[in-house]
Amino acid sequence: MLEAILLSIVTASTPLLLAASGELVTERAGVLNLGVEGMMIIGAACGFGGAWLTGSTMVGALCGIAAGMALAALFAAMTIGLAVNQVAAGLALTILGTGLAGLIGLGFVGERITAAPHLAIPGLTDLPMVGKLVFGQDPLVYVSLGLIAAIPFVLARTRAGLVLRAAGDNAAAAHALGYDVAKIRTLAVLFGGGCAGLAGAYLPLAYTPFFAPGMTAGRGWIALALVVFASWRPARLMAGAYLFGAVSILQLHAQAFGIGLPSQLMSALPYLATVIVLVLISRVRRGGSVAPAALGTAFVPDR
Amino acid sequence: MPFRLERRAEPATAMVALSPLIAVALTIVTMAALFAALGKDPLAALQVYFIVPLTDTYSLQEIAVKASPLVMIAVGLSLCYRANVWNIGAEGQLLIGAMAGSWLAVATHGTNTGPWLLPAMLLLGAAAGALYALIPALCKIRFGASEILISLMLVYVAEFALDYLVRGPWRDPAGFNFPTTAEFDAAATMPLLIAGSRLHAGVILGVLLVIGAAVLLGRTLKGFEIRVVGAAPRAAQFAGFDADRLTLTTFAISGALAGLAGIIEVAGPIGHLQPGISPGYGFTAIIVAFLGRLDPLAILAAGLFLALTFIGGEQAQIALKIPQDMAKVIQGVLLFYVLACDSLILYRVRRTAAHRKAA
Repeated sequence: MLEAILLSIVTASTPLLLAASGELVTERAGVLNLGVEGMMIIGAACGFGGAWLTGSTMVGALCGIAAGMALAALFAAMTIGLAVNQVAAGLALTILGTGLAGLIGLGFVGERITAAPHLAIPGLTDLPMVGKLVFGQDPLVYVSLGLIAAIPFVLARTRAGLVLRAAGDNAAAAHALGYDVAKIRTLAVLFGGGCAGLAGAYLPLAYTPFFAPGMTAGRGWIALALVVFASWRPARLMAGAYLFGAVSILQLHAQAFGIGLPSQLMSALPYLATVIVLVLISRVRRGGSVAPAALGTAFVPDR
Repeated sequence: MPFRLERRAEPATAMVALSPLIAVALTIVTMAALFAALGKDPLAALQVYFIVPLTDTYSLQEIAVKASPLVMIAVGLSLCYRANVWNIGAEGQLLIGAMAGSWLAVATHGTNTGPWLLPAMLLLGAAAGALYALIPALCKIRFGASEILISLMLVYVAEFALDYLVRGPWRDPAGFNFPTTAEFDAAATMPLLIAGSRLHAGVILGVLLVIGAAVLLGRTLKGFEIRVVGAAPRAAQFAGFDADRLTLTTFAISGALAGLAGIIEVAGPIGHLQPGISPGYGFTAIIVAFLGRLDPLAILAAGLFLALTFIGGEQAQIALKIPQDMAKVIQGVLLFYVLACDSLILYRVRRTAAHRKAA
């Protein structure tokens, strides 16, 4: 029972971790992309479509990434190319993504796919308790963990990471040093889009074996909140994603046990928890902000 | 990059007026391309969308009925956006307003009430919407939390609350287990402007609110404050304008208008409380606000245009089997075009020197 719960927490946390990892990189470059929900749902639709047509989880995942990046490219053209307000453009992206995903989803109403295969290492996967948890996950779980391990290293220890952070903290300085801020930010937005697309694709590929129009259910918005919760630090992001995964799974189990509260209250818990966490974390930080200094502001060099 | 932006010395006055029109024109061209991609005759589809609804009185009335909540909410949101604070949870405030107003209708159901009932419901709806909108506003000014994320999260919470009420305590015992309250009494429903139609008094109220907002924004000190805080925060600080109080005020007004729109929908065209009372009015209103360039009178026109796409979309679904999700795609595309065109008021697009030489 405990093992089953822990396994389902990993599955619930992985899409949050993937989407939030990508958004963290985007925001560290100074761009606030509120369209995560839209990129996720289009990733879910295209990810399902790819896997359904080819029977391959891998192709599905790649389709999800491509779809997320395509929407992100539109967002980059708007906010970086045309210096459009990032908040409004992010909302437009979510509305557009939801609509497009619905249209694409009409192609496979009621269809199902086989779930992503799980890792199986003879001996190790069969270990009691930890075996399945550590060595028996689907490949995308390991991808998400690899990403969250690589991101802090790249951001803190490589030249590319330093330049990216410069674009997010002081775009004018990065520009003065001869870096192409628009290009750096575009790449960061595309990376975020790819991650969100993969996060969306994870839902039909590994979570539920079908596509439904509302299946992201606000996870993109929760991923955005997780980046704030993590204070833009990758290590805390992982803790946050797993905490939220746990809340969303435990409320399901609480409903199943039939504790005396209305089921709707339990379903609202992840969203209420997000509000409470946002308030608490902002309160702790009051005084010194840790957000990238240029977050959400367009950069148009004066010549 | 082959192109780059260059800040204009003066905002382009021609673009100020033209940008929404260009955006609408581009959207219509995009729609034609999308219809063609779906294998429909683009011209016939556009006619069903934009011309047919304008030719019969029923559709014209429906446009007014649909535009009224959109305009009401968008007017409130435009005040927030002008002050540079982001309420994107109007959908949740709408639902809370609908629930609060409905409480009175459910509680007095079947009893003999007076003419006070409906005004009391509307007031309650507006008050509840305002209070719900004050949650993200207070979290922002008190704790520095993101009003964008909190207002959006509260939409989901409001949806679950509505679901609970109509499946639980407020369910109509004679409703065959459908998740809905009993049909409201006559005293708890909006009076009709034309007997037998769906055109209700809320439409007039919407127009009055537009005029009120236009006066507030253009002719009062508060309106001036809103514009200055949004456009020049430092100047506002020197003038002694309190940005925090303004955040509370604009959130409260926008929440009240969204709540009012919610209870009017329930007490007007729908007649009872049920899940799905709003086809995303709170989100579409964001597009209306931007298409109207955050100006109350232009928002009225923008609201009518988006209402037209709602009605046209319904008819296109029936007549041409064009899927309903197309409406969302169109809305998203429209918002992108509006934002892009607005950007050209402040900037011009220039080819970069390197590419000019190559050409």
